[in-house]
Amino acid sequence: MAPPSYFMGLSAILFCIGVAGVMLRRNVIIIFMSIELMLNAVNLAFVALGRAWGSVDGQAIVFFVMTVAAAEAAVGLGIILAIFRNRATINADEFNLMRW
Amino acid sequence: MAANFPLGLILLFPALGVVFNLFLGPRTSRGTVNAVGAGVIGAAFVAGAIAFLRLLAMPAGAALVSTLWPWIEAGSFRIDVALRFDALTAVMVLVVSGVGTLIHIYSAGYMAEDEDYARFFTYMNLFVLSMLTLVLADNLLLMFVGWEGVGLCSYLLIAFWYTNPQFAYNGRKAFIVNRIGDAGFVLGILTLVSVLASHGVWTLNFMDLRAHINLVGPAMATVIGILLFVGATGKSAQIPLYVWLPDAMVGPTPVSALIHAATMVTAGVYMIARLHFLYDLGPDAMEVVAIVGTVTSFFAATIAITQPDIKRVLAYSTISQLGYMFMAVGVGAFSAGIFHLMTHAFFKALLFLCAGSVIHGMSGEQDMNKMGGLARKMPITCATMWIATLAITAIPPFAGFFSKDLILSGAYTSGHFALWLIGLITAGLTGLYMFRLIFMTFHGISRVEPERAHHLHESPSSMTIPLIALAALSVVGGWVGLPEGVLWGNVFSHFLSGSVGVFKPSLEVSEFMLSTLSLVFALSGLAIAYLFYIKYPGLPTVLAWRVRAFYQLLLEKYYIDQIYDTMVSRPLFFIAQYVLFRGIDHYTIDGLVDATGITMEVGGDAARRIETGNVQHYALVYLLGAVAIAAFYLYLVLR
Repeated sequence: MAPPSYFMGLSAILFCIGVAGVMLRRNVIIIFMSIELMLNAVNLAFVALGRAWGSVDGQAIVFFVMTVAAAEAAVGLGIILAIFRNRATINADEFNLMRW
Repeated sequence: MAANFPLGLILLFPALGVVFNLFLGPRTSRGTVNAVGAGVIGAAFVAGAIAFLRLLAMPAGAALVSTLWPWIEAGSFRIDVALRFDALTAVMVLVVSGVGTLIHIYSAGYMAEDEDYARFFTYMNLFVLSMLTLVLADNLLLMFVGWEGVGLCSYLLIAFWYTNPQFAYNGRKAFIVNRIGDAGFVLGILTLVSVLASHGVWTLNFMDLRAHINLVGPAMATVIGILLFVGATGKSAQIPLYVWLPDAMVGPTPVSALIHAATMVTAGVYMIARLHFLYDLGPDAMEVVAIVGTVTSFFAATIAITQPDIKRVLAYSTISQLGYMFMAVGVGAFSAGIFHLMTHAFFKALLFLCAGSVIHGMSGEQDMNKMGGLARKMPITCATMWIATLAITAIPPFAGFFSKDLILSGAYTSGHFALWLIGLITAGLTGLYMFRLIFMTFHGISRVEPERAHHLHESPSSMTIPLIALAALSVVGGWVGLPEGVLWGNVFSHFLSGSVGVFKPSLEVSEFMLSTLSLVFALSGLAIAYLFYIKYPGLPTVLAWRVRAFYQLLLEKYYIDQIYDTMVSRPLFFIAQYVLFRGIDHYTIDGLVDATGITMEVGGDAARRIETGNVQHYALVYLLGAVAIAAFYLYLVLR
């Protein structure tokens, strides 16, 4: 059984990759996937620490996160689809109507 | 001692008239408004007459009093809305309401073709109400309410035909000049209160003031007297604040009669007579009053000689006659001043109403150069105007003779020879300008324009009856003040002695001599007028040409209006327009407000640039925030 710090390290790395994806990529689908990556990095940290401390709370939280992520994916993809229909693009730089 | 009489009734009737004419007047018929407007003043006169009879039955020096309600109570300072009816007030109330009634009756005829008769009678009733408040007040503060009231009403009535900008301007002029005087009046009241308060006496009640007046030293009495006199110069049209009165004649003629005779201008003389105990204490203030009065009297008379406008001549004659009244109260002959006030009210009201009748008959013409020979067409107006003129020029046995004689002998016997001499010359000038008016208007050849001559007619009976009544008063009105020793003597002075004291001459002279002398001057004025305007009608033009510079000076009223305009009005307008309005209001205050707005606008414009609309920019800021919070906790943990 690997020590929890390994899991935490992996979780941190995954999270940073997700952040970098959100900040740097322009494709909205990729940004969306990066957000999922960040969520799952957190999930990993939860289950790892839950197991390390012998608590079930970590696993329970993960189920909530996954449920919310599913709902979020449905709403988010719906929005992306709607935008694509109107603008014929999924480049995040193009979506700047709500500006000064 | 004091007896009870509901003095409030004297004020209640005109007040009801004001309310009725204001709210119901426009909805009822012209006849109703006329009847109510004149009736309420008549009712006030009847109430005043009953109070007068009650007063006569009481011992000399007594007064009727009634307290209506408490007004101001602050510690030991207490002012009631209280009325006091003594001999002086009795004279004033009877004159104001009596002459006022006749003027109101006349107005019914004069305003017969005016649409705004309800508004007219509202203002007229309010005017009489204010003046009655002024004379009935038992304290200075309530008197000041009436004092301001007549100022307001004069403004409303002078600018009655407000659609003419010149008339509206003249109304404002009257109001503003009066305000300048009122400022002095207020300062006088405040000084009086504070001086007495420093001795622990808090009062403005006339009786209490009289009892404690010795607490005010002669120096302060002089100061207060002069400050109050500043108010009087505004209200009673004396130098230097007389300029509003000649312009006040643009109002309907009954208004001029009311202002010049019954209400308004007599207020200043009344105020000084009412506060005679204060003026007795400050002889220097009395001197100022006497000198200003005398100089005004002469000054206005010289202007009156050249004016072509019939009402303007009468306006300057009022200023001149008021000067006589101030001369009288200034030399200590208070009852003589009030006596002249009364007789002047009769004949000046008559003169104005006659002038109004002439103007009415002439379809609005006021220039005497376009009159002449009206005697045949307007016999009643002509006869009554003759009586009024004989009265004002002090020809016996008409009313003005007795009162003016008392004033001049008062000036002489109190040792004011210079004032007496000027008064005598002014009496001659009075004869000149008044008979000039009579001859130019009613006699000689007619210079009436043909289309006006066609309409020329005697006025209706509602106008001529008041004329006849006032003419009768102008004849007999002076007989209550005969010289001592003749028939019943001077009952008027005896009646007033309880209110204003007795005049004590400092030297003895033959009354007969003085009277004869003033009569000679008056008759020589008449004679010169006859020579100039009947015998040799070309003479005035020749003389005016010979001394044209002087004639021009008089015709232009010594350029006083122009001087005031240049020295006072224009600088004030300039300061108001460029310093106060442009400089302070427009640039400073508006500038500050605008600068606040501009700062917000520019700042907002800069700040909103961070709202790019790009969602990744927002995410970056969010990330930075999260990192900052994480760094902060990390710092707390690792510290």
